[in-house]
Amino acid sequence: MEDMIFYDRLQFAFTITFHYIFPQLTMGLSLIIVFFKWKFLRTKIQKYNDAAIFFMKIFAINFTMGVVTGIPMEFQFGTNWAKFSELTGGIIGQTLAMEGMFSFFLESSFLALFIFGEKLMGQKLHFLTGFLVFLGSWASGWFILATNAWMQHPVGFEILDNGKFVLKNFSELFSNPWLIPAFLHNQFASVVTSAFVVASIGAFYILRNKNLEHGKLFLKTGVIFGLISSLLVAFPTGDWNAKNVAKYQPASFAAMEGIFETENAGAEIVLIGQPNMVEKKLDNKIAVPNILSFLTYQDWNKQIAGMDQFKKEELPDNIPALYYSYHIMVGLGTIFIGIMLLAIFFLWRKKLYTIKPLLWAIMFLVPFPYIANLTGWYVAELGRQPYLVYGLLKTSEGVSPTVSSGNTLFTLLGFVALYMLLGLLFLLLVGKTIHQGPKPIKH
Amino acid sequence: MELFWYIIIALVLAIFFVLDGYDFGTGIIHLFYAKEEKDKRVIAKAAGLFWDSNEVWLVAAGGMLFMAFPTFYASVFSGFYLPLIIVLWLIVFRAIGLEFRSQFNYTMWTSIWDKSFGVSSLLLALFFGIALGNIVRGVNLGRVEEGKSLYEAHYFFLPLWDSSFSPLSEHPGVIDWFTLIIGVIAVVTLAIHGATWIRLKTASSINEKLKKVIFNLTIVLLVLTVFSIVVWQIVNPNSLNNFLEKPYLIIFPIIYLIGLFGLLFIKKIKKDSHSFILSTLLIIGGITSSLASLFPVILPSTNATNKSLTIYNTAAESYGLSVAFNWGIIGIVLLLIYFIVQKRLMKGKIDKMDYGH
Repeated sequence: MEDMIFYDRLQFAFTITFHYIFPQLTMGLSLIIVFFKWKFLRTKIQKYNDAAIFFMKIFAINFTMGVVTGIPMEFQFGTNWAKFSELTGGIIGQTLAMEGMFSFFLESSFLALFIFGEKLMGQKLHFLTGFLVFLGSWASGWFILATNAWMQHPVGFEILDNGKFVLKNFSELFSNPWLIPAFLHNQFASVVTSAFVVASIGAFYILRNKNLEHGKLFLKTGVIFGLISSLLVAFPTGDWNAKNVAKYQPASFAAMEGIFETENAGAEIVLIGQPNMVEKKLDNKIAVPNILSFLTYQDWNKQIAGMDQFKKEELPDNIPALYYSYHIMVGLGTIFIGIMLLAIFFLWRKKLYTIKPLLWAIMFLVPFPYIANLTGWYVAELGRQPYLVYGLLKTSEGVSPTVSSGNTLFTLLGFVALYMLLGLLFLLLVGKTIHQGPKPIKH
Repeated sequence: MELFWYIIIALVLAIFFVLDGYDFGTGIIHLFYAKEEKDKRVIAKAAGLFWDSNEVWLVAAGGMLFMAFPTFYASVFSGFYLPLIIVLWLIVFRAIGLEFRSQFNYTMWTSIWDKSFGVSSLLLALFFGIALGNIVRGVNLGRVEEGKSLYEAHYFFLPLWDSSFSPLSEHPGVIDWFTLIIGVIAVVTLAIHGATWIRLKTASSINEKLKKVIFNLTIVLLVLTVFSIVVWQIVNPNSLNNFLEKPYLIIFPIIYLIGLFGLLFIKKIKKDSHSFILSTLLIIGGITSSLASLFPVILPSTNATNKSLTIYNTAAESYGLSVAFNWGIIGIVLLLIYFIVQKRLMKGKIDKMDYGH
């Protein structure tokens, strides 16, 4: 039983991690594409349209990858988490079905029209299709976050005698206090990823002295979107989410912040340190006193419950992984703000395009927003443990009762192999598109 | 409400098999009949243009099944664990074949993706047929041995095959001789459907030849259909009772037969759209007849201890179903609008269009 749950979790973690590489780019990128297209409509300057068309190509590759890796996600609820599906399908099936029906359809239909139909439709309609792609992809995020919010903080339901969760109030699924902060945080974080991608391609063109005019546009747009979004990710949305965790999942809050012992006169904020699970303390700790209490409750001396206040079975089952995920996310987020501030400063001084070390840094930073987004999701998912539905349904109670660990390991290995191939091809294709670069369309 | 969702899901699934069915069929034809590079490219394009918007119907069906019949979703998806995951792999593999083939113009590169696209299309058609065969045959729900259930009454697990390879054994696997026959029927049906699609959408040089191919495959299908109905009586002697008790259900087999016999006259059919409609009827008729023969059962139990799964004992609670009814109607209308808009904008032969993909 133990190793069965382990392989089920590992397979879900692997497939969702790989999947989420793609939607986090497409959601943010669709916004930037709409911006480019809108600028073109306003100014009629060709380079804006080139940029929109070019990034829609990148978008399309990512969307394809998102679709083919996303279908297995939907199916895995049934294949690997049958008991969970059976018990909660009446509720989360609603939001997942709505995602498929409203947003996924919208996105895929209008993406095809955006790519193939520019001449056919004219510029205004072309802008509209781009906007609908954006709407579809953000609606998709909304429904997925609504599903996850219900698992983090279940609302609007009733539990029957047979253990089934039954929907009592549909609208509460969308007025869940967990949902809006999580959604905004997630969406702005995805804008950070795409802003870095846009800026990084721009920096690459400038450094290679190729497609210079486009390169400068990409870099400028990327750093402006990058600064705004990375600030919004930290404040107010990041702050808001942390307060929600402290309120609704205090055990997870203690674990992610690395507070082993409760301190009466205000909690310190840990910057660096390694959780030592044997001695129940942080090794090599660097911390600043009282800051955490202030950030969470605007009160320097407010007491925050440490892990010593909770029973072992209420605490997340992998505290070090949760702690590291959280600190990596926050640390990277801080670095992003710093680098983008620097870039904006030089943009303002009109020197951005000539400072080579900064251009190299922007170009090579591109994997890190992906890491920050993924570790952010690890915080949410590891923090919810040991539950699937927080406080009510344990992860161990959700697995498929008839699928043995040998079969799960078999399929996990298959997914690993297939996704490695997929990842390789993806890089090849994106590399080719970037190499070809944006070309003005002949009219 | 259960009935409403059952019909909607069956409809969406049927649309999926019609749309992605021609994609799979195109792959099969591509594998066996496309010889020249020009034809290969245009046929791959005929499939590649729409595959993702066709597959959203599968996602929609999956989501609605999850919402409306969670117990069925949980039981069937975990019970058919291995074949389902293999289908997922094939879907991924097929899609990358389609997307990557045109990216580089080396013969080595295109030929490997051509093969992967063709073979995974063939295997997908086979697996979908086998899946239908399994649903029709039923499974040992609860894994009953000597009158005792080893699992909860609605759970089961099927290996890919068991040594007897027979649908009549106590624990039949996913693949036995009966489900394999249904699988072959699916391959032949979708090959016909793919061929009518290629004739409709392309001006490739094999179009004339495909007329003969369609005719021959239809003869094969006719023989297989008769044969499968006979052996079905061995596997499940009551399989036709539903049609005797509710004679109006006979409409579904009639749809199938119209498609089948219509296609026998393929040589006389002038318009390509007519032959495409006939192969569409074939698919819709085939799926709906199979479902109608079971209704309201959706997964028969092969043992006497545990009851078959029906749309009533696996459905979600009524409040959830009625709420979903409200947004479901809007959703379905939107889906149809997107679908019509998209197909209208993309009508005509593919090789004459300048999509610059």
